[in-house]
Amino acid sequence: MGIGGGSDMYRQQILDHYKNPRNYGELDDATFSHTGENPSCGDTITVDVRLDDDDETIEYVAFSGDGCAISQASASMLSERLQGTTLEELEAMDTEDITEMLGVDISPMRIKCAVLARQVAQDGAKLYEGELDDLDVTKTED
Amino acid sequence: MGIQEPYPLDVEAVRADFPILERKVGGDVTVPGEGEGDTTPLVYLDNAATSHTPEQVVGAIADYYRSYNSNVHRGIHQLSQEASTAYEHAHDRVAEFVGAEGREEVVFTKNTTEAENLVAYAWGLNELGPEDNVVLTEMEHHASLVTWQQIGKKTGADVRFVRVDDDGRLDMDHARELVDDDTAMANVVHVSNTLGTVNPVAEFADLVHDHDGLIFVDGAQSVPHMPVDVQAIDADFFAFSGHKMCGPTGIGVLYGKQHLLEEMQPYLYGGEMIRKVTFEDSEWEDLPWKFEAGTPVIAQGIALHAAIDYLEDLGMENVHAHEQLLAEYAYDELTAYDDVDIYGPPGDDRAGLVAFNVDGVHAHDLSSILNDHGVAVRAGDHCTQPLHDKLGVPASARASFYIYNTREEIDELVEAVDDARQLFA
Repeated sequence: MGIGGGSDMYRQQILDHYKNPRNYGELDDATFSHTGENPSCGDTITVDVRLDDDDETIEYVAFSGDGCAISQASASMLSERLQGTTLEELEAMDTEDITEMLGVDISPMRIKCAVLARQVAQDGAKLYEGELDDLDVTKTED
Repeated sequence: MGIQEPYPLDVEAVRADFPILERKVGGDVTVPGEGEGDTTPLVYLDNAATSHTPEQVVGAIADYYRSYNSNVHRGIHQLSQEASTAYEHAHDRVAEFVGAEGREEVVFTKNTTEAENLVAYAWGLNELGPEDNVVLTEMEHHASLVTWQQIGKKTGADVRFVRVDDDGRLDMDHARELVDDDTAMANVVHVSNTLGTVNPVAEFADLVHDHDGLIFVDGAQSVPHMPVDVQAIDADFFAFSGHKMCGPTGIGVLYGKQHLLEEMQPYLYGGEMIRKVTFEDSEWEDLPWKFEAGTPVIAQGIALHAAIDYLEDLGMENVHAHEQLLAEYAYDELTAYDDVDIYGPPGDDRAGLVAFNVDGVHAHDLSSILNDHGVAVRAGDHCTQPLHDKLGVPASARASFYIYNTREEIDELVEAVDDARQLFA
């Protein structure tokens, strides 16, 4: 198919993660937590991350939020993907890694939905490491 | 099911004037125009965002560029005179179309938004102060809402909003509470681009005039779809856009009562809008040119003339009746589903658009699935974000109809909506 998107974006895996989100909720003992939104869509995602004692390995990720199937399924899949990886690996993830993870072509207008969770997790990590200051809420560009 | 009511318009003949309706979609969106992979017939239901352009209007644009393209009002040569005459006549045609006194009351702008800003800057900044208030409605488009909100911040004027009731209509009792002797301006949308509500703008104008205020009516969603007479409404200012009524992008119209436009200072300075310039000072040109600085929208103005000719050939009453028939049909078909929420008044009392949500399906997901069926609708907040906040949803999908749409296209829409329901069930 072309890159027009449409129903092909809604393969079983996406719908499954949307309807049965993995690791959904909040962590009482999160090492850091960060929130982001797509102002134009109303998608919101909060990512809670708990690190191992080495302060580098991601032990557990939970997310909560509200929004379209693409943004929520992407957050659910990312929460699984990140367990056991390092902050460095998280910060190296790009848009292509996300579309590969989702396993479907995302139409250009919907990319910002797909990458929201990654952006929130990355900004959260940067804030925790002191590489970014004064960011209350991540907002993805149109 | 009985025999279906015949269309008020000859839809087949109308469709033949719009070759774009033959397009197929579904392929690579980074390559404009029909290409490889475009295999699904287009069902275009995004007319409130922009309408398509008939051959007659495309022809008028081509004719201008091919045979008399020239700048206006500054050449004695023949082409310039031809272009000037056609451009001036376009103002006359618009004046006649909406019931203005004459071309002096018709200013060509870039779009409705620029018309709003023209009045907000040229009138609002000079006339408003902390003792004044500006009355808007909760269903205003961002074009007027953001503009007057910001002018309120600059001038200290209080900006207040008339409530929208649960049926999607203006609470006129609330309007009577808000409008007082300090109301300098009201800005009311004629037809809501989200709810489809047709507002009682003439009644609102009476209310504001009783308190010696002015009223600006946003006609972006009314003029393309129904007969409109600005003098019958008694609007002080009125605006609409060419691209929503078979015309091109890049042209809007500001109607203003002549004495008001005469009293106002220019909005933009430059060439075309001056009569005499010295190093020390300048004198302004007559109306409407005082408000059309620089080389104006010549091709667009001439094309708007052609668009009005096209619509009046069909008859605005017929245009309106056709859209009402489609809106009622769509409303009835969609309300058959319990999990579809439609915003605004009932099907027999609304303009030709339907904004809705499906329970459990985000509007953007819905719109993506409709797109896969070739159905083009708008998904988002339709530039009425505060109204969506009030409705308690971040976004909605909106199907909006025009002269070339059919019941079969609405059947396609409903089928695609049903598909989305089942996918997310």
